[in-house]
This record gives sequence, structure tokens and C-alpha cells, in this order.
Amino acid sequence: MGIKKTSLNKLHQTYQAKFVEFAGYEMPIQYKEGIIEEHKFTRKQSGIFDVSHMGQLFIYGKGDLTEDLEKIFPLDLKKLKLNHSKYSVLMNDDAGIYDDLIITKIEDGFLIILNAACKENDFKILSRLLNNKYKMVLDEKRSLIAIQGPKSAEILNQIINDTINLSFMTGGWFKYENQKIFVTRSGYTGEDGFEISVNNDLAEKFTKELINKGAKLIGLGARDTLRLEAGLCLYGHELDIKKTPVESNLKWAMSRERISNGGFIGSKIISEQITNGIKQIRVGIKPEGKVIAREKTKIFNDTELLIGEVTSGTFGPSVNGPVAMGYVDNKFSKKDTKVFLEIRGKKYPANICGLPFYKKSYVKGVNK
Amino acid sequence: MSDVKFSKEHEWLKVEGDVATIGITKHATEMLGDIVFVELPDIGTSVEKDGTAGVVESTKAASDVYTPISGEVVENNQSIVDDPAKINSDPENEAWFFKLKIKDKSEIDSLMNKEEYEKFAKESAS
Repeated sequence: MGIKKTSLNKLHQTYQAKFVEFAGYEMPIQYKEGIIEEHKFTRKQSGIFDVSHMGQLFIYGKGDLTEDLEKIFPLDLKKLKLNHSKYSVLMNDDAGIYDDLIITKIEDGFLIILNAACKENDFKILSRLLNNKYKMVLDEKRSLIAIQGPKSAEILNQIINDTINLSFMTGGWFKYENQKIFVTRSGYTGEDGFEISVNNDLAEKFTKELINKGAKLIGLGARDTLRLEAGLCLYGHELDIKKTPVESNLKWAMSRERISNGGFIGSKIISEQITNGIKQIRVGIKPEGKVIAREKTKIFNDTELLIGEVTSGTFGPSVNGPVAMGYVDNKFSKKDTKVFLEIRGKKYPANICGLPFYKKSYVKGVNK
Repeated sequence: MSDVKFSKEHEWLKVEGDVATIGITKHATEMLGDIVFVELPDIGTSVEKDGTAGVVESTKAASDVYTPISGEVVENNQSIVDDPAKINSDPENEAWFFKLKIKDKSEIDSLMNKEEYEKFAKESAS
């Protein structure tokens, strides 16, 4: 099987993208201007991200579906209002994370956005867990386009009227060229923005319109620096099957009530970890100098004890310095704990810090 | 200029008397992307031909810098340590990396001239 291409592949080429293979897809890592300019443009203006490689899983069903999904996810899905979204995780019995995802209640069921590298496996797991009781569609006919940054609401609203009135983490069906498109106010950059699910045959036309209104295509490189500054996890780095949501500091992605009442996959381990504590936890790490601590960099405390490892590290263009996330021994996870990062045989000082590195500017509600 | 030579590791080298100035090529910076960190060899360090002599890091990854000839480091360019973006904007001029007191001038003979390097870079990119 060859490498897969999204419906925007030609457009990426037109804008001189440098491509990389990501989860079996040929995806743009950057365009002509480079990661730093693209990153800054997103923070100041509006960036377009082709995230069509991600899975768009529609699960259709009434009645039991919500209850059945509550046996899987640590969420209050019964209380989730129509067109409202939640960030959460799919776990195994040991609370190890198969994937992180966004689930939205839609009229005839749920829409779940999954990571590209995990989507096929997630589909299998969910089909099995739901005993093939419901119609499930991992929709390859739709593209997913994110528009992120402070000017995005204004730009998108010129093309799709009324999207500006969506609140953060809500969505709905809109019309574009007489076709139904699903728009949610969400994203993964720490900026206000939207994700738009649009038919493949309209994806290029829609993206060109966004460009004409002043948005620019942004590659996966800047997407990574943006999400890292925003303190957001990337599956395969911060999250994997050996980490639980308690360890990865994602307690907020689970409902408090559901944690205390249990009854979802992994709930035993979750409540055990919350009661008895955990050995390691995800933290932010700010190197003191300019040196960049990449993934797998070893972290030591001030008595040269190995206490953890970096899971993502890069240069943060908006922070204007290096930023990293990683896991450390819980005893050394307090903010401002001095640590040392071993890079090319030398130890460099750094501090455990709160997340995000860059303050979010999500739109909570809309003032009318 | 005729006295600029190039290595297969995408370094350039300019000889003035018994001192060589070394940096990375424009082609290298284009492959690396935005450079955000650089580490240079200390003054007084002896470096061996094709050995590592520093590190450049872009937003994407870290890469070693190699020295195309042997010698002793007599100067390093602190201005690129303070502002690594200079390496992207003017790699073959202002953003030189370090200067070496040349140990063996014959080592220079094996390096490429500009024309040869351009051909090499084009071929290795495709």
C-alpha cells in the first residue's frame, strides 16, 4: 500500500510544502516561510491546518448508545448537551491510554475525532466493546481542516455565517455550497479556532477561500511547537499504552463523578492511583539557557539521581526559548524544582514549571 | 571567490593565510529549517578532520557540525550563539562558526569547489 494523500495535497504543493510521512500520510511539515514564521502567524493572525489524516468516527444510535459509551469513557455523556464536545481518552483495563480524542454529541449519535496513527486500532477496539451493536463509520470521505488564531473567527464567519457565535467546545452543522459541514470551536494550538469537517471534493475550494480571506497554510512542524507551548499532549510522546490519565495529568479529561462512581474501563486503576498516589507524573520543564532538550533526554535531580525523561522538547517561538514536557518521579514534580537535563553528555539546569508555557486565549462564551 | 571550499557535510571553508574560517552552507540551512540553537567549539580546542565541532539545532532536530579540516580553534562566533537566526539569514558570510589555525594544508585539496559542491548538493537533495 502506498502513502496516503489528503484532498489538500495539491494545494500543499502549490504553497511549496516540505512533506514528511506521518501515520502513513504524506503531510506538510512546513511551507516556504518556515516553522517559526508559521507559528507566529498562527498566534497573531490565523493559520490553516490540514488535519484530514485524523479519524472522524461517527457512531450512530439512540437509547443505549450513551450508556454503552459511558462503560468505555470516563465522561458524563448523559449530561453532554447536543453539539457539545469533551476531550477524553480511550483506555484499556489497566487505564493505559490507547488514544486521546474529542467526542461530540450529535443528533443521531456521537462524533469522535481520533489520532491518525491510532484510528484503525481505535475502531477495532470500539467495535468490539460495543459488540457491533451500532453503525460506526470511520469517514474517509470527509476532510478535516482546522483554522486557529485570533483572526480565525472573523475569517471563517465571512465564509460560513454564524460560526462566530459558537462557544468554545461546541459545534454544529452548517451549510457550505449546499453541503452539510460540521464545525466545532476547538483546536490544539492554545488559540481560539475551529475544526471543520467538509466533504473531500469541497476541501480545496473551502481552504482556498480561507486563504483569500487572509489565513495561511501552516505545517505540522508549527502545529507541534504551538501545542507544546500550550502544554497539550501528543499521542506517542506524552501519552501511550503504559501511561494512565492520572500520570499524564489529564484528570480534567475525566468526569469527577464518574471517577468516584466508577463503571468505565480502567476505573479501578484510576481510583486506586488517585487514592494511593502515583510514581511518575507529566510536568512542564523550562531549561534555564538556550539548549533544547529533545525527547528521551534524561532528567536528574540536584543529587544526580535519575528522576525522569523528556517526552517532547523544542524551541518555543512565542516563548522565545526552549520548552519541554516530560515525566518525573512524583516526589520531584513540584513547580520550581531544580532539575538537570543530560544533553550530549553535559548536564544543563532547568526548572519544573506549570503548564501552559504560553497563555491560552480560548473564547469561553460569546458576548452578544 | 576561488578560495572558498566545500565539504560533503555541507560546511564551507575560506582560507586566509594559515587560518581557515568555517561555517555551514546555505543549502544546509535550507535543509535544517529555522535554526534556534548553536554550540561552538571552545577556543584552544584541537579538532580533527571530519570530527564533530559543534551542534546546530533547528525547530525540528539537532545536527552535528563537522570540521572539514584539522586544526586548533582560534576564534568562535559568539554573535550566532546569541542570535542563531543569523545562520539562516546570512550563512555563508556573517554567520561563520569558527576559525581554525590550519594543521595540514593538504587536507584542503580533497574539498570541493563551489561548482562541484552545487552539483553535489543538487544531487544529494533529490
